[in-house]
Parts: sequence; C-alpha cells; structure tokens
Amino acid sequence: MAQMKFMCDAERCIECNGCVTACKNANDVEWGIQRRRVVTLNDGEADEMSISVACMHCDDAPCMAVCPTDCFYKTDDGIVLHDKDLCIGCGYCLYACPFGAPQFPQQDAFGERGKMDKCTFCAGGPAESKEEEYEKYGSNRIAEGKLPLCAEMCSTKALLAGDAQDVADIFRQRVVHRGHKDGAWSNNPQASADNLAYDAAHKG
Amino acid sequence: MNLLTAQAPGGVPRSGKGLALGICRFMLVALALVLSLGFTQVAAAQADPDREMTTAAPGITADQWRQVRSGETGPNYRDSRADSNYSLINSSGETWREIRNRWVSPFGLIAVFGMAALIALFYFIVGRKELEAPRTGRLLLRWTLMKRALHWTVATLFIILALTGMTLLFGKFVFRPLFGDGIWAWMIAATKVLHNYLGPIFGILLVILLVSLIKDNIPKKHDWVWFKKGGGMIGKKHVDAGFANGGEKAWYWLLATVGILVIASGFVLDFPNFDQSRDTMQWANIIHAVGALGLTAISLGHIYIGTLGTEGALEGMTMGYVDETWAKEHHNLWYEEVKDQTLSEQEVAARKSSGGSSEPSATRTS
Ligand code: HEM
Ligand code: SF4
Ligand code: SF4
Repeated sequence: MAQMKFMCDAERCIECNGCVTACKNANDVEWGIQRRRVVTLNDGEADEMSISVACMHCDDAPCMAVCPTDCFYKTDDGIVLHDKDLCIGCGYCLYACPFGAPQFPQQDAFGERGKMDKCTFCAGGPAESKEEEYEKYGSNRIAEGKLPLCAEMCSTKALLAGDAQDVADIFRQRVVHRGHKDGAWSNNPQASADNLAYDAAHKG
Repeated sequence: MNLLTAQAPGGVPRSGKGLALGICRFMLVALALVLSLGFTQVAAAQADPDREMTTAAPGITADQWRQVRSGETGPNYRDSRADSNYSLINSSGETWREIRNRWVSPFGLIAVFGMAALIALFYFIVGRKELEAPRTGRLLLRWTLMKRALHWTVATLFIILALTGMTLLFGKFVFRPLFGDGIWAWMIAATKVLHNYLGPIFGILLVILLVSLIKDNIPKKHDWVWFKKGGGMIGKKHVDAGFANGGEKAWYWLLATVGILVIASGFVLDFPNFDQSRDTMQWANIIHAVGALGLTAISLGHIYIGTLGTEGALEGMTMGYVDETWAKEHHNLWYEEVKDQTLSEQEVAARKSSGGSSEPSATRTS
C-alpha cells in the first residue's frame, strides 16, 4: 500500500501561494478556513526562505492520539482523516499538531469552536453520499486517481505529493543534481563529514 | 525570493499535435536545441558542488532551524493564513501530548480508582465511626438552609464536572466500543457542552461557598494536633476541633487553592476567543487535568467521611441540625460555644414549619 506524503522543497518554493489558492478552490472550504499556508522566514533578508505547510499526515499522528472522541482514522494510503460527526471542537488536535493544521470555524457563542477542518490530502472523508462528502470535507481526488491539487498546481514543483517512495526519489534526484553536500536542506556544519548528496547518489 | 537554481525536470515544452507546419517544426527543433544547450551548460556548472554552493540561493542555516524549533517568529516572519500567528512548527505539541497521554491519563486513573479502593478497604477493616455515647435528642443548628443549598449545588456540579471531565479523558476507551459511533457522537457532544457550560457556574458558586465558610476555616493550633493524632484515630482519644476539624479545613484550603486553579485554567480553555496562544492552552489543560483529577480522588474521601464513614455527619448537611452528642464527640470546641443553644426535636420542627430560613445565624466562631 502506498504511504501518501507531502514534501515541500524549500529551495524551490517562491511563496506564490498557488497551492493555497488551489486548495481553497478544490475543496471549497468555508470562509475563514485555509487548509494550506505558506510560511516565510526572514522575509526580505538574504537568507529568506519559504515553505508551504498543511497537514502532513503523520505516521504517528499526535492529533489522533489526543482526540477525546477518537474521531481520526488512517486510510490504507496513510492519509489521516477525521469524522466531523464525532468531532466536538475541543481543540486538542490543534494543541498537539506540529504543523498548526487543524482549524475551527467560530460559529458558536463564547468563541466556542465549530467542527475541526484540516487538509484531507484531497481524499474527502466519511459520508453517506458524494454530495455530503464534498459539502463536509471537500473533494475526493484520490478516489478519482488524482493527487492533491495543491501539489499538482505548484509551478516550481517545490510542493510534491504522492507515495513517500516516489517523493523521496524525486527529491533524491534533485539533491544529486544540485550536488549539495548537505542534501539541499541546510548549511549543515557536518556537510563535509556526511555528504548527503554522495549518499543519495549511491543509495539508488 | 528564494529562486531555483535547479530546473524543473522535463522542462522542455511538449510540441502541439496536428497542424504543425514545417517552419513551425523547424523553429521548435531550433528552440529545443538552444534550450538543451543551455541545459547542458547549467548542468555542467552544477556538476561542481562548490560552484553551486556559491551561486545558489542560500540553503537553510542552523540559525533558521533554531528559530523554527524555538517557535519564535520575529518581525520578518510571514504566514499567508489570514488570522494565523502560528509558528512554523509547534514543537511543544509533542511534549503536551506526552505529558497528557503518558502521565496525566494513566496516573489520574490510578489516583481516582486507587482512592476508591483504599476507601473500600478502610471501610471493611476499620468500619463506620459510630457515636460512642447515646444521643441526647437535643439538637444544634449546624448548617443554615442557604449554606446547605449552596453546598449541594456545588457538590452536584462537581460530580457532573468530574464525570464529564473523565469522559473527555477516558470515555473513548470505554463508551465508544461499548455503544458504537451513533450514541458515542451524541454522548461526547453532550459531555463537552455540559462540562463547558456548567464549569463556569460551578466556579462562581464555589467562590461564594468558599467566602461564606472562610471564618470557620482559619487554621488554629489545635488543628495541627488533630493531624498529628490522625483525627483521633491514633491514641483513640478525642482531639480538639472547632466548628471545622483539621481534615475539613484541609479540604477547604485544597478547594480554595487547587480548586481555584482548576477553575482558572478551565476558563482559559473554555473561551478560546481571547487570543490565548496554543502554548498557554497546553499548560492550562495540564494544570486543569492534574488539579481536577487530584480533587476528584480526594473528594471521594470527603464524600465517604460525610456519608458512610461517620454516624451523624450527613444529618447536619441534609436537615441542618446535629445531635448534641455528635457535636460533643466531633467538634468539642464548637460545642462548648453553642451548648446553651440546643433545641428539642419539637422546637426544631416548629421552627422549620414557620419558615426554615428564619434560623438564627448565631453558632460558629471557632
Ligand atoms: C470552572 C470550572 C471548570 C471549567 C471552566 C472547566 C473547563 C474545562 C474545559 C474547557 C476542558 C477541556 C475540554 C473541552 O474543551 O472539551 C476541561 C477538561 C477537563 N475537566 Fe474541566 N472545567 C471546570 C471544572 C472542572 C472540575 C471541577 C473537574 C473535576 C472535578 C474538571 C475535570 C476535567 C477533566 C478531567 C478534563 C479532561 C482533561 C483532558 O481531557 O485532558 N473540570 N474542563
Ligand atoms: S493534523 Fe497535524 S498531527 Fe494530525 S496528521 Fe495532520 S499534521 Fe499530523
Ligand atoms: S477538535 Fe475534534 S478532531 Fe480535534 S481533538 Fe477535538 S474532537 Fe478530536
């Protein structure tokens, strides 16, 4: 079975927010909710860098571990989905999530949270009908054999989505091609000691 | 902008099918040639890692990783989400998860059920504390109607909050497999609504109750002796106690400290619309859960002593009056102060029928 993953290559991301827009469009998410965001560190400085973030569909998902209603589940493709019928909007998934993925529409009195919403890897969610699924969770492109629209639309192919192995292979090729000793991820002071590009090229 | 130095794979555009004229095709071939020439040059340049390093947009530095890890955002941090002030990585989330799931959850369960087991054991070994002397039939007013009403409202709310709180923490392990999703969805939603709305009401009433009882709960020297003698269990001799004994005062001050902490942290969790940060709410949750589970465990002791454990104690909180003998045996210093105010059962009945709230407010100072 596939293990679906996102990866954002920070050396390619040009902060165009195309993925954010694509996601909004594909899933028709409600006002105020934005499942994907682009974070820029040190904007305007020489070491500026951007990265697109949404739910990363963690293997050992913290949201899943803390949810009082136990409404999360993992699909066979490794996608973390949740059941909005069970969610009570307690916010615990947000406290635990490393990526700030869960969001809440504020629909009730006293700032009480509505039902949690997050990226579904364009895989919809539990529902009786297709219409209900679209209404609650947005599109289910996975069921149509398509990958998430954000990654499909990414103009620089910084954002990759797909089976972990495929994503890793593409990234490994880039690392080899760039010849970065430190795997294109960081100015690792250890770079000369552990030459990641070399490793990547020789691991196949 | 962090521009790419490596080109997108398969960068050559696909040629249009169909009406491709010769000239057009020629131009495409020429274009492809130029492009691929360019590519090989770039690729050749990049084959030298050191050269690439000097021309590429800088990679991510150790400093940036530190920044990400610490969650600090700084003036040049941008997040394209409208109302978001989240850092890139919420690194305390995992710590919160570990503390809650690994420590608070199992040890909370052990505290509450362990306490229940200890009390049951105590009851079977030591048993109920009966009155030693026979009742005199003369009664003393201990709790006015107002205080009894307040006590039982707070107690009821406490029990509902403890049960709903524990359902939030443990319910998914018990009720979801037991009842199935349909009922569980309804049950957990009701749990949250009850907990989140009754919590603040409990908070306000508890503060009123604490204020109304503070006079009786100022610690005195004899309370210390009361503790050293285990409330009279060590040495089997009566120990001095005023209106409240040492144990009751300890419960009072526990509620006045930990209880207030639980209420305060509950408020932080309850109203997420004050822009409190994720980190604040993580801490509030831990303080809330530890305090609440601790209080729940200890409240079992309070409930036991007030009902099954002590003959004559419950009467005071239900009817308002206690027997003279009970007062003498359990609260001798208080008894000394009020012993001239005893009433016969008939007198009490007469008072109650003429409107229970016209009870004298006299009675306690010690
Ligand atoms: C003013 C009083 C209180 C307020 C405002 C309050 C509020 C809250 C809130 C907001 C939560 C988070 C759950 C959610 O949002 O759905 C919570 C959890 C909880 N509360 Fe309270 N509460 C109060 C009093 C109490 C009391 C008196 C107890 C127990 C005797 C209690 C026990 C718990 C427990 C065990 C949890 C679960 C913690 C967890 O799942 O980690 N609470 N409370
Ligand atoms: S919501 Fe957060 S914790 Fe849950 S799977 Fe997605 S990224 Fe992981
Ligand atoms: S907000 Fe919903 S999904 Fe998140 S932990 Fe609470 S009940 Fe679960």
